[in-house]
Amino acid sequence: MPLDAELAGRQQAPTPPLQVTRAGVADFAAAIGATDRVHFDVRAARDAGHRDVVAPPTYPIVVAFAAMSVLLADPQVGAELRHVLHADQRLASVRPVRAGDVLTARLRVESVRHAAGATVVATSTEIATVEGEPVCTASATLMHRSGSDR
Amino acid sequence: MNQLRAGQSLGPETYRVTREDLVRYAAASGDSNPIHVSDQVARQAGLPGVVAHGMYTLALAGRAVSGWVDDPAAVRELAARFTRPVVVPDGREGTHVEVAGTVTAAEGGRATIELSVSCDGARVLGRARAVVAVAGDG
Repeated sequence: MPLDAELAGRQQAPTPPLQVTRAGVADFAAAIGATDRVHFDVRAARDAGHRDVVAPPTYPIVVAFAAMSVLLADPQVGAELRHVLHADQRLASVRPVRAGDVLTARLRVESVRHAAGATVVATSTEIATVEGEPVCTASATLMHRSGSDR
Repeated sequence: MNQLRAGQSLGPETYRVTREDLVRYAAASGDSNPIHVSDQVARQAGLPGVVAHGMYTLALAGRAVSGWVDDPAAVRELAARFTRPVVVPDGREGTHVEVAGTVTAAEGGRATIELSVSCDGARVLGRARAVVAVAGDG
């Protein structure tokens, strides 16, 4: 795998805007078994002081994952998802994601190192609305096993 | 239950995880890595079989925290290392993930909760923690 140090410091272009919909929030919440009505019921969300239904706290990974997929698909990286291990993740949110948000993610490669036959890539992704309001910082370490696909 | 005090124990909560859940999560999250669907691909990747998305496990931790503070919107931070895979056998029984927490700090309108997340008695997340916004004591 040609992942190397020259990748460090790379700043990707923002991902295409993702429109967060009520159905998308409900699907994500249902998939993790969350039952709080603020995920499903606009009135319950408004009663709790939100503009619209709010997504579960790990929802920003949807946008961050889109940015990580762009990185992995880059010809210079050429990593197949099946050979990539998610080693750690941190999501630090300014506020919850809610339906109506239009979000983009800008991923930065913080570091690239090699350890125990794997390439270890540290990334930091800023998730914001298209209006420029910061929503979440997603920090992830991805490990790719060298030699597993070539 | 928004009043958290340092030292307080929370949970444990136990969640069943089946392959059907992983299929739904893959669709809802956009993470279609085949190691979460196919035993064959998972074994080729050196795993014992299909494993849960790390972010699915972290989502269950987030669900537990949301329940403890009775407000999913109060969760400001979730972090963990994915130290051990959650292997999900085929069939209705699947496997179970247990989430417990200890409040390690509560001040300035925020509380930090250290999380213990395990499957079959073994920790699956390392350095797992959540930060929640706490009303009233800021």
